[in-house]
Amino acid sequence: MAAVMAMPDVEAAAQRLGINLSSVDLDDIRLPPGDDFGIPSDDDEDLLAREELEFESGFGNVVVVDNLPVVPPEKFEKLENVVRKIYSQIGVIKEDGFWMPTNPETKKTLGYCFIEYNTPQEAELAREKTNGYKLDKSHIFAVNLFDDFDKFMKVPDQWTPAEIKPYVPVENLHKWLTDEKGRDQYVICAGQETEVLWNDARQLKPELVYRRSQWTESFVQWSPLGTYLATMHRQGVAIWGGGSTFNRIMRYAHALVRLIDFSPGERYLVTYSSHEPNGPRDTHRVVLNIFDTRTGKVMRDFKGNADEFMTGTAGGVSGVSWPVFRWGGGKDDKYFARIGKNVISVYETETFSLVDKKSMKVENVVDFCWSPADPILALFVPELGGGNQPARVSLVQIPGKEELRQKNLFSVSDCKMYWQSNGEYLAVKVDRYTKTKKSTYTGFELFRIKERDIPIEVLELENKNDKIVAFAWEPKGHRFAVIHGDNPRPDISFYSMRTTHNSGRVSKLTTLKGKQANALYWSPAGRFVILAGLKGFNGQLEFYNVDELETMATAEHFMATDIEWDPTGRYVATSVTSVHEMENGFNIWSFNGKLLYRIPRDHFRQFLWRPRPPSLLSAEKEEEISKNLKKYSKKYEAEDQDVSLLLSEQDREKRKMLKDEWERWVKEWKRLYDEEKAERRRLRDGEASDEEEEYEAKEVEVEEILDSVEEVVP
Amino acid sequence: MRPILMKGHERPLTFLKYNREGDLLFSCAKDSTPTVWFADNGERLGTYKGHNGAVWCCDISRDSTLLITGCADQTAKLWDVQTGTQLYSFNFDSPVRAVDFSVGDKFAVITTDPFMEHSSSIQVKTIAEDVSEQTSESVLTIRGPQGRINRAVWGPLNQTIISAGEDAVIRIWDSETGKVLKESDKEIGHAKPITSLSKSADGSHFITGSSDKSARLWDIRTLTLLKTYVTERPVNACAISPLLDHVVIGGGQEATHVTMTSHRAGKFEAKFFHKILQEEIGGVKGHFGPINALAFNPDGRSFSSGGEDGYVRLHHFDPDYFSIKM
Repeated sequence: MAAVMAMPDVEAAAQRLGINLSSVDLDDIRLPPGDDFGIPSDDDEDLLAREELEFESGFGNVVVVDNLPVVPPEKFEKLENVVRKIYSQIGVIKEDGFWMPTNPETKKTLGYCFIEYNTPQEAELAREKTNGYKLDKSHIFAVNLFDDFDKFMKVPDQWTPAEIKPYVPVENLHKWLTDEKGRDQYVICAGQETEVLWNDARQLKPELVYRRSQWTESFVQWSPLGTYLATMHRQGVAIWGGGSTFNRIMRYAHALVRLIDFSPGERYLVTYSSHEPNGPRDTHRVVLNIFDTRTGKVMRDFKGNADEFMTGTAGGVSGVSWPVFRWGGGKDDKYFARIGKNVISVYETETFSLVDKKSMKVENVVDFCWSPADPILALFVPELGGGNQPARVSLVQIPGKEELRQKNLFSVSDCKMYWQSNGEYLAVKVDRYTKTKKSTYTGFELFRIKERDIPIEVLELENKNDKIVAFAWEPKGHRFAVIHGDNPRPDISFYSMRTTHNSGRVSKLTTLKGKQANALYWSPAGRFVILAGLKGFNGQLEFYNVDELETMATAEHFMATDIEWDPTGRYVATSVTSVHEMENGFNIWSFNGKLLYRIPRDHFRQFLWRPRPPSLLSAEKEEEISKNLKKYSKKYEAEDQDVSLLLSEQDREKRKMLKDEWERWVKEWKRLYDEEKAERRRLRDGEASDEEEEYEAKEVEVEEILDSVEEVVP
Repeated sequence: MRPILMKGHERPLTFLKYNREGDLLFSCAKDSTPTVWFADNGERLGTYKGHNGAVWCCDISRDSTLLITGCADQTAKLWDVQTGTQLYSFNFDSPVRAVDFSVGDKFAVITTDPFMEHSSSIQVKTIAEDVSEQTSESVLTIRGPQGRINRAVWGPLNQTIISAGEDAVIRIWDSETGKVLKESDKEIGHAKPITSLSKSADGSHFITGSSDKSARLWDIRTLTLLKTYVTERPVNACAISPLLDHVVIGGGQEATHVTMTSHRAGKFEAKFFHKILQEEIGGVKGHFGPINALAFNPDGRSFSSGGEDGYVRLHHFDPDYFSIKM
């Protein structure tokens, strides 16, 4: 606080001005907004921003309706009734909440009126719904919030050129990629603390990059290319990044934001908030904003009833399936789409409007997903009319909206679609009813997107009745793994979409019997997969090499809840988040299942590797490097050895130091102990032995005659 | 070696104590009958009947003739070790929590819990050589610290009394005047209630265990923090090996939460740490409830643990244990 006046000073000042202090309620004094009386406030700017929101003149629930017809007094009542009818559809107009001023001379109305609602939400809704409402040809309503008028009045009449800000060089936001040791970063949230750390696998410990208490109010999230770290706040979202420390790069105001989603190329940020109804007449509203990440501008906002944002099959429970908007067309962030009732709305980011100005009509569509690489949509429509119209999966090209391929499916209960990360294959898991309709069995439809005419193959498991526990494509590869089986120890099968002697057909590589696993985690580089038994299996981990079809290691992270590969596929983090009370913390493993280090942290909430942008090397170049791997690896192996030598040396020294320190302490103690020897003996009544060990165990036989009777034998 | 399971108590164990020779093991439990066992084979030798409540603590005189027990029935009792007869009973206004004989066995320090309007106290009683002359007068009564005092022991030459308890502070008192000489620093000390305190064999240092999931080693004269051992569970019991540079720490999640998770999640292992390097050596599993009591045999070749599950487990170390290299 800058200048705080002491109470005596205040009293003196009051007397000078002739104010009776006792009659003044100090809490009731409101300073005019914007005037600080020369007392600079040191409040955080965030606080100020929040204050601003609360500054309302008390007319927050008043709307002004302009462009009404000008009517004489005899028609006043009629017009009032018309306007009231329109506006009471939106919310309850307050008693005396309608005022249409008249010209005192002509007694005619002035062509505008004021309407007061009970809540600002209703007013806002009224503005949204009726602005531009056509009463008739010449009277198109212009509706504004009363509070906004001040703002509009302040707009200067004269256009002034925008001030051009001098160029400020920005920090290298990709500095972390230039780490000499090629390490990766991760962020953790535990309790109130959020920390960004280097994974220093060589030193077998993390190295702190940046720590901040109460950085976020709920969670943190990396942007998909790792450039920014987003934090959540009551007022909105902030993103952080930079060279050495994390500086705030941009803020996106969105009150009570709950969920966020970056576009894959991190150009746009979608924020979501949901506003529970306050009263019975209020509706459950949701607000979505799409920001340009770099400029912080709102590119488009969507507001509406929560029901409009529910997808067909979600079951209709409160909440939406996140992300509402799914981004398509690879890393170019060109399209985004959302599913509605019988429609899929595809927007393009050039104009932020619907492609072809209209949504795609698809009767009864329940699910869709984008190819990760191309602007292709896969969508699923369930069976209709009790089986008269079959269910179908179709692929649609955007922006043309033409159907590339369609497959009809019969007696289907449910479908799940899985894209391979390069968009080369699409697997559709189809649950079908058996003949009796009492149970279901599962099969796969495999689409080869990149081949001519997109051939479809049907794959059925050997045991058709096996339940599918998990399915996962090898990233960038042609293989996939399936966990199937009903018993507590399911089987895991690996399939390939192309094998050397059978290039056009899917073939099984192997089946592993009876594994304690319920989740699959492929390395982002492919080839390796972790077969994990989370939850019920208490964190069993099996590190499996799919090239060699062999288990590299089995391990356990007791109670593990989450597993995440680092973006390079070299390390794996397993963590126990605070869903349990005990064992919170994380372990870092090498790709082949060697435990490198473990960090226990109480109230552990989040572990996220910082993503890396895709490699700049061409595929040929990468091929070449992997061919000559031996040549490159020599250098690193030497480095590794140096580090491990250094580590063991340091460790040895530390131990020696600790031992020496202890020796010294014990010596000092012994000295004092000897000094007190005599005293101690006195306390023990002169018992000679001081040393605790000096006693002898003697076996003493004691014979006790309990009774002796002499009897004379006759 | 396979541990010896000693099932003699019907309620959770609270305390374990070996006599000086290490041939007898005394156990206290919430079932009000302290029990003595052969420390070698775990055979039950006898019980001390007379208490009417959870027995929290006991101590044994140097010549193994006299046993003192502290009990929640608001008494501390003296027993003849050999015959099991009750020799004397000190009566208090509140439950007794800790008892400890002084060097020379002429005094005993007894702590009582806060109860109704009584605050917790540390009291010193003289122990008469002849039981018939025993009185219940206190030589010294210290009142002051808030909350329960979980453990109080004598310092070197009976000049001081070291106490630790619920307020997480360790205090060294002058045993003559009852004044506080030293208090552990809030910054470096425990953050949560101290549950246990155990002296080294030579009485030069002691270890404290706390619900803050750590155990700490302190100099008994200067109260300087020597070492800290961090675990993943609340610590209920700890002990220092008289033979090797090891400490053993036991505990587990709170007894009230035990039934909600599997026994592995509860961390009911006794964990061994290297005393000087503060590194974990290994763990001994077995209990299916938190460990409440730990004690080393004075020869350092066996140790016993007592759990919330009502068992005492007596472990004789394998030969491998003595050749552990750190």
